[in-house]
Amino acid sequence: MIAALHVQQGGLHTTVQDLGRYGWQSMGVPVSGALDATALRVANTLVGNAPDVAALEILGTGPVLEINATRVRLALAGGDASIQLLSPNRRDLPSFESFCLRRGDVLRIGSLTKGAVTYLAIEGRLDLPRVLGSHSTYTRGRFGGYHGRILASHDDVPLLISEAPERKESRLRDQTLPGTLPIRIIPGPQNDFFSPQAIEILTNNPYTVTPAVDRMGMRLDGPRLTHTRGFNITSDGTAPGAIQVPGDGFPIVLMADRQTTGGYPKIGCVISSDLATVARLRPGNTIRFELASLEQAATARIDLQNWFAKLPSSIESFTPSGIIDTAALNTENLISGVVGSDDSIEPHT
Amino acid sequence: MSASPRFLANGDTVMVVEFGDGIDLETSSRVTALATYINSLALNGINDLVPTFRSLAVHYDPRYLAFGILEETVRAALPDLKVDHHSKREWLIPTCYDPQMSPDLTEVAERCSLSIEEVINLHSQVAYHVYMIGFLPGFPYLGDLASEISLPRKETPSLRIPARSVAIAERMTAIYPNECPGGWYAIGRTPMTFFDPLNNPPALLAPGDQVRFKPIKRDEFDHLADKNEHLVGHDAMGLPT
Repeated sequence: MIAALHVQQGGLHTTVQDLGRYGWQSMGVPVSGALDATALRVANTLVGNAPDVAALEILGTGPVLEINATRVRLALAGGDASIQLLSPNRRDLPSFESFCLRRGDVLRIGSLTKGAVTYLAIEGRLDLPRVLGSHSTYTRGRFGGYHGRILASHDDVPLLISEAPERKESRLRDQTLPGTLPIRIIPGPQNDFFSPQAIEILTNNPYTVTPAVDRMGMRLDGPRLTHTRGFNITSDGTAPGAIQVPGDGFPIVLMADRQTTGGYPKIGCVISSDLATVARLRPGNTIRFELASLEQAATARIDLQNWFAKLPSSIESFTPSGIIDTAALNTENLISGVVGSDDSIEPHT
Repeated sequence: MSASPRFLANGDTVMVVEFGDGIDLETSSRVTALATYINSLALNGINDLVPTFRSLAVHYDPRYLAFGILEETVRAALPDLKVDHHSKREWLIPTCYDPQMSPDLTEVAERCSLSIEEVINLHSQVAYHVYMIGFLPGFPYLGDLASEISLPRKETPSLRIPARSVAIAERMTAIYPNECPGGWYAIGRTPMTFFDPLNNPPALLAPGDQVRFKPIKRDEFDHLADKNEHLVGHDAMGLPT
């Protein structure tokens, strides 16, 4: 029998993502990968995976998944979303904490109430082919991940292992991910296409995330940035976090699925260790920028690496307690009156 | 002797080596020569090298490489950079200019005050240089297009340019690997596959290649397209379609 996560509802935009597909940008292939690489790494660490293993990236509203395997260990990390066992007994499950589910269990991840993206990591890995070296989904190109697309009802996402090993579960003690505003940017490579005041305007004013945000880019609203040499450049390469400014003067931050080349001038670029922080912003949120040097970017990167290095010591292991063992209940009938797998029976609090 | 390139930071993971801001064979050849050279160094920490018309984007991992060291390495190599104007590979691309497969051919002829045959001749009698691949996976920018058939991009892009369309705009011609909206004029169709993520490498063309278009008749197109169907009849996971 194959082990799989059976998708009852796909959610708004659920895709398989790892840390991205490098090596093919010269052929126009975007890098893709997790928008919030920090959250992906945390989720993977909680289930005992290597940090770069592919997980489900959830934007907006999460999926409803039925477990079709003997035992699956999962962990959700990232923005705040409710996570609930729907069947056999309804109960809330924790975030930033691993847990095991069994065959027939149904899990629902609700809408993100804070942050824009969260990750469901699965111990072992998804049994999907790598495309050009990566499991990341590039939906516009229709390749990678699960058939190159977002998850939909009736999909079966195959799992490599059908029975996760028994051991203690893991919990992140301080459930906050590193990353704060302002977002640090390095000027260039085309800051000379703008008025001298443009970089000051960008760094001295708050901008608002507009609803025009997806895995490719995030369009911002705020004071316009004025071009002085037109808004077309001879195409050159793009970078993750590059801030390009089309003719209307409103900046767009390029995200994971960005095109590899582009013809709009780029006034600056978000430093690599602040990219995840940008990805967590939702439409309506305020974003602020400040200038940074390459040296400051290097320091920030080391700080983030140190945070990851300390991650294992920030995680405590514990034996799950107070969890109703539904299998035992159904066979042993320990509690009178509430036995059964009827969804309508709510646990008393 | 060409001027020294500019070394520009595009964030802390990309160094842009900019040789100019125009579109010409000399600049493009220096870009691809530098890419070849950096590749040959097999440096730890280079994630990607992306040649464009006038610059090379070096994607690096700052854990292994610092901007300054990278710049020094490139600067040291520049005087001896072997710039080869000869193409690495030459391609002959069968292309059908049948009006049914070429939604914009008539419009191009009218706008340029040429006959359809003249447009086809002007397009197919040039050896094009692959400047870069970008915009979409496998989308090649080929130049230079004859000035007689050079038109600005459409003011209103077409909603649907069919996959494998051969299209023109400005002094460029290109091939749409997949169906998508676009502002270029579609003047022909090729039965060949230009991008397949299951191939290694996934794109048929690479920067520095030379491309010619060979006009073929509709029945030959159908024959080749049929043959190609058998080769590419799978989805992105390798499953039969």
